[in-house]
Amino acid sequence: MLFERAEILETLRMLELENLDVRTVTLGINILDCRGETFSATIKGVTEKIRHLASPLRTTVEEVSTKYGIPIVNCRVAVSPVALLLTGKEGEEVVELALQLDRLSRELGIDFIGGFSALVHKGFTPGDRLLIDSLPLVLSETERICGSVNVASSRSGINVDAILRMGEVITETARRTASRDGVGCAKLVVFANAPEDNPFMAGAFHGPGEADAAINVGVSGPGVVKEMIRRHPEANLGELAEIVKRTAFKITRVGELIGREVAEKIGVSFGIVDLSLAPTPKVGDSVAEVIEAMGVEKCGGWGSTLALALLTDACKKGGSMASSFVGGLSGAFIPVSEDASMDESVRVGALSLEKLEAMTSVSSVGLDMIAIPGDTPQEVISCIIGDEVAIGVINHKTVGVRLIPVPGKKAGEKASFGGLLGEATIINVNPYQGGQFIRRGGRIPAPITSLRN
Amino acid sequence: MVEKRLPDFREIEEEAGKNKVVITVVGKDRIGIIAAITSCLAEHGVNIEDITQKILGEYFTMILVGDISRCTVNIGELREKLAQKGEEIGVAVYLQHAQIFRAMHRI
Repeated sequence: MLFERAEILETLRMLELENLDVRTVTLGINILDCRGETFSATIKGVTEKIRHLASPLRTTVEEVSTKYGIPIVNCRVAVSPVALLLTGKEGEEVVELALQLDRLSRELGIDFIGGFSALVHKGFTPGDRLLIDSLPLVLSETERICGSVNVASSRSGINVDAILRMGEVITETARRTASRDGVGCAKLVVFANAPEDNPFMAGAFHGPGEADAAINVGVSGPGVVKEMIRRHPEANLGELAEIVKRTAFKITRVGELIGREVAEKIGVSFGIVDLSLAPTPKVGDSVAEVIEAMGVEKCGGWGSTLALALLTDACKKGGSMASSFVGGLSGAFIPVSEDASMDESVRVGALSLEKLEAMTSVSSVGLDMIAIPGDTPQEVISCIIGDEVAIGVINHKTVGVRLIPVPGKKAGEKASFGGLLGEATIINVNPYQGGQFIRRGGRIPAPITSLRN
Repeated sequence: MVEKRLPDFREIEEEAGKNKVVITVVGKDRIGIIAAITSCLAEHGVNIEDITQKILGEYFTMILVGDISRCTVNIGELREKLAQKGEEIGVAVYLQHAQIFRAMHRI
């Protein structure tokens, strides 16, 4: 026998009972070579290039999924940051591009297109300004278009003016999608140290340092890790780290196998595996449950940050051994609405916004998919972004902020976003504000890298 | 002089592994499980290369390795046919490509 019985049964258990899947196969496409004489020529060029490269994506992904019997939940496209295409004089035509791509994604069976993005960590170009100005309209008028704005980096510091602007953009986007609990904001991430090859939405874009096209894969599998931990109730934390590491290795290998095969079949290079543990609202597919399986009563209770640190680090170690090219966000995601048990923790009061912020200092993302009261002032939103971004910049890690002010609803009420976006109990926001502080604006210099304490 | 040379089984195995599938059958033991599954495989041109089975209490598990290079249907259809056959006789049948196990369990 090529494989041992125990190995075969373990794989089978992961697939059939523990929700092992590949969360996304994301095709990154450079669109910076599509500029035309006029912007409508550019729109045509971009559409044609995406159609040409991405039209075999859906059928190829389905074929590979059937061959290996592994579900691939989403197939997505990430394009170069659209702001890089703009001069600032295009006006409403930017929205036309978004509408065009939204239609194209439906036509090609693509779940999301990411890349309505701007990199403004040091300052704005007129193109960046236009892109950011058009985000509320783009996100409310389209279904499948995602945007992101990088407002800070460890190398260049923090653009506080951009953070202030994003507070306004988030508020405005929520207002425009008020009838659906502000769902437009679920498609918008504010980043510090944004990765160029992230396959996960809403923050995926095809970085300027990337090849013309590349396949990036996001694996999943919190359910598998949870079951492994549950089967070892006596293990000490050193042993637990080893168990998680081994499991992460196996999960990542599946992602790599799938990614390479899809890339080869559609004839583009294979980029990276993002080995994040990404939850879904499905029961059992939850990072909060992993933390609880380790022995923390409710995710968010004391011990959660330590548990998450162990989990994230072990995932990174196992994953980087399993794949030659690891990138993206790679770690453990702690979105609230997309993780049913995370939401339950908010509901019972075990998990606060402050604790979430603390946990993001050891996880791989940031304040993700958190519903806040609709009347939260925009300066407060900017302050929350500022606090989170500071963690990323000072600690040289990626953080993202995806906050959803839910119009007309208060803390404790429920917001529902549908599908993979899930539903969330609106979290309480500390009423003491830093409005006067953040309104000073300006740029905070890059942090020193010596004298590390 | 004896030439010191060892055949590279790993390479041979890897090449051959491209057309291999692993079929797992799990359920309550009864008469005729093996017959039902293997006849279904033969019907679709799958050559069986290895079978092991074990009965634990009343539970039956069987693992088969098959070669699908001359299979008459695609792997998705084969998986469906087997699942159907399994349902008829009251066992669960899973089919996986061998590459998955190689990726997960071999460095």
